[in-house]
Amino acid sequence: MKQKLINALDLIGFTWLIPLVRLATREEPGEQIKQFFTMVGLPVIGLVLFFVAWGLVASNIKTSVGKLPGPAKVWSSAGDMLTQHKIQKDKRARHYEKEAVRKQKYEEKFPGKIYEESQFSGSETIVDYIRTSLITVFFGFFMAVLIAVPLGVLCGLSKNFTAAINPIIQLCRPVSPLAWVLIVIVVVDGLFSFKGDIWRNTFLHAAITVCLCSLWATLSNTALGVSAVAQDHLNVARVLNLSPLKKVWKIILPSAVPYIFTGMRITLGIGWMVLIVSEMMASQKGLGHYIDLLYQNNNNESLAKIIVCIFIIGSIGFLLDRSMFVLQRAVSFGREVSA
Amino acid sequence: MITTNSTNTPIFSLKNVCKGFGSAESRSEVLHDIHLDINNGELLAMVGFSGTGKTTLIKLLAGLETPDSGTVLFKDQPVTGTDPKRGVIFQNYSLLPWLTVTGNVGLAVDQLYRDRSKKERRDIIEHYVEMVGLSDAMFKRPAELSGGMRQRVSVARALSADPECLLMDEPLSALDALTRAVLQDQILEIWREQKKTVVLITNSVDEAILMADRIIPFTPGTPSTLGPEFVVPLARPRSRRSMNRNDLFKRLRNDIIHFLESEKKKNQATVVAESLVEIKQAS
Repeated sequence: MKQKLINALDLIGFTWLIPLVRLATREEPGEQIKQFFTMVGLPVIGLVLFFVAWGLVASNIKTSVGKLPGPAKVWSSAGDMLTQHKIQKDKRARHYEKEAVRKQKYEEKFPGKIYEESQFSGSETIVDYIRTSLITVFFGFFMAVLIAVPLGVLCGLSKNFTAAINPIIQLCRPVSPLAWVLIVIVVVDGLFSFKGDIWRNTFLHAAITVCLCSLWATLSNTALGVSAVAQDHLNVARVLNLSPLKKVWKIILPSAVPYIFTGMRITLGIGWMVLIVSEMMASQKGLGHYIDLLYQNNNNESLAKIIVCIFIIGSIGFLLDRSMFVLQRAVSFGREVSA
Repeated sequence: MITTNSTNTPIFSLKNVCKGFGSAESRSEVLHDIHLDINNGELLAMVGFSGTGKTTLIKLLAGLETPDSGTVLFKDQPVTGTDPKRGVIFQNYSLLPWLTVTGNVGLAVDQLYRDRSKKERRDIIEHYVEMVGLSDAMFKRPAELSGGMRQRVSVARALSADPECLLMDEPLSALDALTRAVLQDQILEIWREQKKTVVLITNSVDEAILMADRIIPFTPGTPSTLGPEFVVPLARPRSRRSMNRNDLFKRLRNDIIHFLESEKKKNQATVVAESLVEIKQAS
């Protein structure tokens, strides 16, 4: 029971809870307290020192919009943003309640006719921005994986193919997302111009930019994984006379999976970083766009909110990386994965 | 009374086989002028120091490598590629770490019994897993198994293809002495029941004498070639304990070890002589 719990915690990356579990069963209490202190105590001390230092210097730093907000100010701004979200949520619920009543009355009055429901048009809140950003980054991420994995497999299998596309990869990889996003805007707007405003200014620009900037990590890792398949495993395929397709499907791909997931973890990390920039430039939705709006407001309250957004972006990035780490470990079957 | 499965038609026939690696000037020959007939149904052990081309010979027999010159015949047909009829058991097990025991054996079964139903294939897999005594570990992955268990999975995988011969490349070298003894008996039992030709590469002379009908040593050094054959006239089953007191066993072991050592000295002597000649020529 205890060992199962410890294994489960280890698997989901919550290693810092393990000393507590051991402590609860009185297994070497001194050692466990020491471990818990290094795993949890020290990071907490580090964070506290950071906030104290920030609080101390904040009042002395002058910005173009007044003093730099300290931790307390930022905390209360975060509270405001959440309250704002709750208010909007209530408004929205009330709006649709009323609409439902109206619809019923309308259908009683004019049976057979369809009632056109009016959409709620309140302003977006932080939760909406976060949701949009997450959808966008995952859309871009999956596009990247869908392109990069097959190309990576081809690269790993064929030296000639690698030689042919390597210059393109090397040329595209170091290009800044800021450069890509402008091209993406122009191309996407041109492609979808006939479809009206719904297709413009949506998440598509940001998603494609995310894809373009982040797919390289998965591509090169997949290629590496495929070309690093153990000769012994290939010999097994030869002795059993597996067809080339089966060899790829049953031997090469599974053995490259840990590498592919390492690449995907890097891709998602880069994607999340690129996303904010491209939303700022190209989108009218998402966290990046929100930060841009706040910046345009040009006041002290907005600056505090921008800092809140930075913490949100950092935390989400951290969570995404942790989840990928857990996935990566699950497919590595005993091979070490660096945290 | 000598009991053996062997009949007189060779299943493998190697003539003038040479094999080296590297190209042109950097080429180093590993096997030189190999002549070898392997009888159908026999258990042939081949012993030699490490680095004498033992693995290369197994690869030639399996079809994983082709000879630079000479011919390798399997049932009178030249070996041109791999064939599931020639099962190979590798020293490092070569199990796929992401598959369970049944998955690893199933890889072979699914490939070779494609026309059978899922249920039938399932039964075949279970049959061979049971044969090596791993029924309790069917759904474990290689990382959860001990070295001996892993090698047994590898044996089950090779057997499940119902090969005509088993080529074993130091299958037991990585195991501890106790596990090794258990697996030796298991391999002997399978050989007796299945009546398959077994080529066993080993670095242990005792293991060779205990298991084989015939022992052929590799000469030390590179390139290596084959020494004279030693027939093992001991009755089966051979008990490990009585072997130590058996004069025939002791004499055989002395002869083989003596051959390997004297060849090694000869080899070292020629290396020294050659380098002396080189030094003389240089000066």
